[in-house]
Amino acid sequence: MSDHIPQVAHQFEDATQQYETATLGMWAFLITEIMFFGGLFAGFFVYILAHAQAFAEGSRHLDLTLGTINTVVLLGSSLTMALAVRSAQEGNRNGQMLFLVLTILLGLAFLGIKGVEYAHKFEQHLVPGPQFRLEGPHAQSAQLFFSFYFAMTGVHALHMVIGVGLLAWLLVNAWRGRYTPAYFTPVEVCGLYWHFVDVVWIFLFPTLYLVARHA
Amino acid sequence: MTHPTVPLRLYVGIFVGLILLTGLTVGIAFFDLGGGRLHAVNAIAAITIAITKALLVVLYFMHIRYSNRLTWVFAGAGVFWLLILIVLTLADYLSRGWLPLPRPWSS
Amino acid sequence: MSTPASDVRTNYLNANYSVRSWLLTTDHKRIAILYLVSISAFFAIGGALAGMLRLALLTPHGDLVQAETYNKLFTMHGITMIFFFLIPSIPAVLGNFLVPIMVGARDLAFPRINLLSWYVYTLGGAFTLVAAVTGGVDTGWTFYTPYSSTYANTNVILTALGVFITGFSSILTGLNFVVTIHKMRAPGLTWNRLPLFIWAHYATSLIMLLGTPVIAITILLVALERGLGIGIFDPNLGGDPVLFQHLFWFYSHPAVYIMILPSMGVMSELVACFSRKRIFGYNFVAFSSVAIAVLGFLVWGHHMFVSSQSMYAGMIFSLLSFLVAIPSAIKVFNWTATMYKGSIALQTPMLYAFGFIGLFTIGGLTGIFLATLAVDVHVHDTYFVVAHFHYIMVGGAIMGYLGGLHFWWPKITGKLYSEVWGRIAAVTLFLGFNLTFFPQFVLGFLGMPRRYHVYPPEFQFLNVMSSAGATVLGLGYLLPILYLTWSLFFGKAAGPNPWGATGLEWQTPSPPPTFNFDKTPVVAEEAYAYDSPLEGHRV
Repeated sequence: MSDHIPQVAHQFEDATQQYETATLGMWAFLITEIMFFGGLFAGFFVYILAHAQAFAEGSRHLDLTLGTINTVVLLGSSLTMALAVRSAQEGNRNGQMLFLVLTILLGLAFLGIKGVEYAHKFEQHLVPGPQFRLEGPHAQSAQLFFSFYFAMTGVHALHMVIGVGLLAWLLVNAWRGRYTPAYFTPVEVCGLYWHFVDVVWIFLFPTLYLVARHA
Repeated sequence: MTHPTVPLRLYVGIFVGLILLTGLTVGIAFFDLGGGRLHAVNAIAAITIAITKALLVVLYFMHIRYSNRLTWVFAGAGVFWLLILIVLTLADYLSRGWLPLPRPWSS
Repeated sequence: MSTPASDVRTNYLNANYSVRSWLLTTDHKRIAILYLVSISAFFAIGGALAGMLRLALLTPHGDLVQAETYNKLFTMHGITMIFFFLIPSIPAVLGNFLVPIMVGARDLAFPRINLLSWYVYTLGGAFTLVAAVTGGVDTGWTFYTPYSSTYANTNVILTALGVFITGFSSILTGLNFVVTIHKMRAPGLTWNRLPLFIWAHYATSLIMLLGTPVIAITILLVALERGLGIGIFDPNLGGDPVLFQHLFWFYSHPAVYIMILPSMGVMSELVACFSRKRIFGYNFVAFSSVAIAVLGFLVWGHHMFVSSQSMYAGMIFSLLSFLVAIPSAIKVFNWTATMYKGSIALQTPMLYAFGFIGLFTIGGLTGIFLATLAVDVHVHDTYFVVAHFHYIMVGGAIMGYLGGLHFWWPKITGKLYSEVWGRIAAVTLFLGFNLTFFPQFVLGFLGMPRRYHVYPPEFQFLNVMSSAGATVLGLGYLLPILYLTWSLFFGKAAGPNPWGATGLEWQTPSPPPTFNFDKTPVVAEEAYAYDSPLEGHRV
C-alpha cells in the first residue's frame, strides 16, 4: 500500500525535475489567477473613484463581523494546510490526514458563513437586479458595488469549492499512504493553490468590507 | 531536492502575526485617518496591511522564501502585470480633464 | 548515414491505429495533429464567412443580406478567425509538435494538460458553433458594451461562454510551453542556443498566461450582466462602457502579438535554412521577441483614442505604440541581413517567408499611421484599419503558418509534397491577398467605414477588386489543402532531413518515434550552425 519509490512520469529525468516542474507549473497557473481576479479589482478601483460615497454606503451594509470571522477562518485553514504539507514532507501519515481534514472543515466553514451572508443580502434586497432596494441618493451606484461584491466573492467562493475538492482528493490519497518524503508533490502544489485563494481573500476583505467604516 | 521542513513554531508565529494584522486593519478602519473624499490615508493603510499579510503567506506558507529565483520571478511577474493593468487603466480615469480639449467647431 | 525506411519503423503515427489511442493520447505530436484538424475546420468556416462578406460587398446596396445578417457575418468571421484559428494556429499545431523535440525532451512538461487543452478548445468551439447556428451574434468580435450586455438580441451569452472556455485552452498551452522551456531543455542547451522558434513561443506563452485571464473575467462579467440583469458596464447604474474597453483591449492587443510572434519564430527558422546562414543578430532577435511581449501589454489604449479616453493617456499610449514597433523592425532588418550573401533557395517555405517579410512590413508600418493620434481620428473604424490588420494577420501570421506547415510537413507526416504545386499556391496566395486587401487601404483612407453592409456607389470599383482578389486568395488556400492531402497518400517518403536544416527535430526520423529520442541528446553547438562543415546535409 505504501509506496517508497517516487513515481516519476516518463517525460522527466528524475524526481527532482518532476517536483520543480510541478511547482513552477502551479506558480504559472497562479499568476493567471492573479490576472483573473486582477480584472475584477481593476474595475472596482475605477468605480470607487467615481462613486466613493455610494461604495462606502454599500460597504457599510456588509456584515463586518461575519467577514472578520471568515478572514480568521481562512487564515487558520492556511496554517493547517501548511502543516499538512509539512506532515507529508516528514512522512507523517496521521498528521497529513488530520491537517487535511481540518483544512477542509475550515474551508467548508468559510463557505457556510458566506452562504449565510448571501442569504442575509437576499433578505435585505441587496442582490443586484430588479429586486434591489436601497434607501438614499446613492442607490443606483450602490447597486454597482453589490454587483462587484457578488462577482468577486462569488468567483472566490467557486475557487474555494474547487480547492475543497482538491483537498478531498489529497485526503483519499494520503489515507492510501501515497505521499512520502520522496514524493509529496501533489500536496505541495495543492497547498500553493489553497494559500493563493487565501491571499485573494486577504485583499478582498479590506477592499469590500473596510471602505469607510468610520463614517 | 526540496527545501528543508519549516519549523512548526515559525508557522504558528506567522499565523499569530496574520491574526494580529487582521485585528489591526479592522481596528483602524473605525478611525478617519484623513485623505479627503477618498479617505486616502485609510485606504493606503488598509492596502499596506493587506500586502504585509499577503507577503507573510507567500513567503512562508507558500515557501517562496525557500524557493529558487525562477519562482520569485514568476510570482513577481504576476504582481507586476497586475500593477500594469491597474495603473495604466487608472491613468486614463485620473488624467481626464488635465489637458484642455479643442473647442468645438460650433458652440 | 543511410536513410532509414521511415514507413517501416514504428513512429508516433503508426504506433497505434485505434480511435481511442488518438482521443486519449498524451503524445504532443498526436495532440498537434488533433489541433490541426480542428483549426482547419474553423479556418474553413471563417473563410466561408469572409466569402459571404466579400460577396455582399460586390454591390453598394444591401441586396444580398440584410443589415442584421451582415452584422452577424462579420462578427462570426472575426470571432472564428481570431479565437479559433489565429490564436491557436502555430502554437497548437507547430508549437505542440516541435517545442519538446527542439528542446530535446520526450514530451511537454504536462502531457495530460496538453490533451485537456485540446478538449477545452473543442468544447469552446462547440458552444460557439451552437451559438452561430441558432441565431448568431452581431456585436462585432469586440463585444462592446452596452450593446452586448444590454441591447443586443442575439446569442451573446452563448458565444461569450464559448470564447471564455476556449481561453483556458490558450492558458494551458502557454503554461505548458513556459514550464517546458524552463525546466526540460536537454543538457548543453542553454538559452542562447535555443532555436528562435522556441524564443518566439516562450514570448507568446508569456502573453497567453498574463493576458488571457483578463478577457476571461471581462467576458464573464458581460455574460453575468446580460444573464442576471446586474449592472457592471451599464451606464444607467453608473457603470462605464469604456471600462469594458480597457479590460477587453488589455488582452486583445497583446493577443495580436500571440498571433504574430510564433509566425516570426517560423520566419527565423525558414530564413536561416533557405539562406544557409546563421540568423544575423541572434541575440537581438531573441530579445526582441520578449520585448514585443512585454511592450505589447503597454499599448492597448491605442484602440481607444476616440472612445473618450483622456488625451493624456492617448498620448502615452501613442508613444508606447511607436516603441513597440522597434523590436519588430529589428527582426525584419535581421532576417534581411541574414539573406544578404546567403545561398538563397526558393522552395515553397521560402516563398512564404518572402511574402511574410514584405507584407508584414506594410502591415506594421500602417500600424504606425494608426498609432498617430491625428491620423487615427480620420481612419479609425474605416477599412484602413481592416486592411492594416489583415496585412499582419493574413500577410503575416497565415503566411508564417503555411510556410511552417510546408517546412515541417515532411517531419510531421514523413511525406514530401509537390514543390511545383507548393510554389504555384504560394504565388497565387500572395497575388490574391494583395488584390483583396490593398484596395481596402485606399477605401479606408477615402472614408469607407468598416462593419457597414452598404457604401457610397463611388467605392464600388475598389470593392469589386477586393472581392475578386478574395476569390484568388480562396484558391490559394484551397490548393494546399488538395496537394498536402494528396501527399499523405501518394507523396514520396521523406528522409530525416530533406531540407538539410539544423536543429534537433531534423535529427529524428520522419515521422519521429513516440518518445522522440532514444537517448536524451546533448547539445554542443549554437543554433543555425549552417557554416559548420558537418552540419546541414540534406538527407
